[in-house]
Amino acid sequence: MQNEPNILDPLAVAETWHEQGRAVALATVIETWGSAPRPVGSHLVIDGEGNFQGSVSGGCVEGAVIAEAADVITSGTPRLLEFGVADETAWRVGLSCGGRIRVYVERIDG
Amino acid sequence: MELSTLQALNVARASRRAAVVVTDLSEGTSQAFIEGDRIRAEWAAPVSEVLHSGRPRLLTIEERALFFNVHLPPPRIVAIGAVHISQALSRLAPVAGFDMAVIDPRTAFATAERFHGVELLADWPEDVLPDRPLDRYTALAALTHDPKIDDYPLRAALEAGCFYVGALGSRKTHAARSERLQTQGVATEAVARIKAPIGLDIGAASPAEIAVAVLAEIIGALRRRDVDLPAEGGK
Repeated sequence: MQNEPNILDPLAVAETWHEQGRAVALATVIETWGSAPRPVGSHLVIDGEGNFQGSVSGGCVEGAVIAEAADVITSGTPRLLEFGVADETAWRVGLSCGGRIRVYVERIDG
Repeated sequence: MELSTLQALNVARASRRAAVVVTDLSEGTSQAFIEGDRIRAEWAAPVSEVLHSGRPRLLTIEERALFFNVHLPPPRIVAIGAVHISQALSRLAPVAGFDMAVIDPRTAFATAERFHGVELLADWPEDVLPDRPLDRYTALAALTHDPKIDDYPLRAALEAGCFYVGALGSRKTHAARSERLQTQGVATEAVARIKAPIGLDIGAASPAEIAVAVLAEIIGALRRRDVDLPAEGGK
């Protein structure tokens, strides 16, 4: 069972997925305003197929982050995303708690 | 993030060492610092800050947006002695966010009935600790009054650099204990780290009140602990 990472530990999952030859992106909450559901430093890990573990919100914006992660995996260029009520797209994907968050998405290279 | 950075971070986390990952958001580069590593002088203050607070920071330093993410091992309390105070402490500690373990070789004290839902090790500290070593994110509270049980884990805690080492007993008891530990080769400065009489001075009388005083003292030690970060000379 040593090869099975704790699925609640996104950083362990990221390493295991990479070892398995999967392309991996790591998303990190770097800033929050208002009532953000997940604290700064929280991680979401995404593979090239759109599988994911962890969270950057209460399930509100994960879909959008996963879509952006696919581009980051392809290009290798990190992205800085912002979600919040001020942003119509973000409202649509649903950070309905009224908070705003910034999420940094990067590829695991090596 | 480079795979090697992720691996270094995961190794540190698995071995209960604190780590800070500094990400340059404009360049997309990351570096991991494990507690005890040398660090660039201009990053020493923010890294030290996040290690203390446990809260990540986004900062602009020399016109660069830098994200300091911090990964601290979950703090834990190891109580030596399955006594009345430990029973109260075992209920309070999880509320404050601490993992808790109780070690006592006296099987009449260390019973599952008295310590429901707590990690309980009914064995001598000498036998338990080699397999479950103490570390910098562990607080050790020696609560048996019995040198045969307390002295070994106190020495082990000082050696391991536990962020808190406390021992139950009066000033007189502690004076005798200090002398004993020094005879056993523990340095005077190390012995001086032991908090005794144990707990913040709030006039605690009952075992539950003493447990509150001990927990408060442990929280104070965690938030104000020394962070081991040698400043970097060159580079």
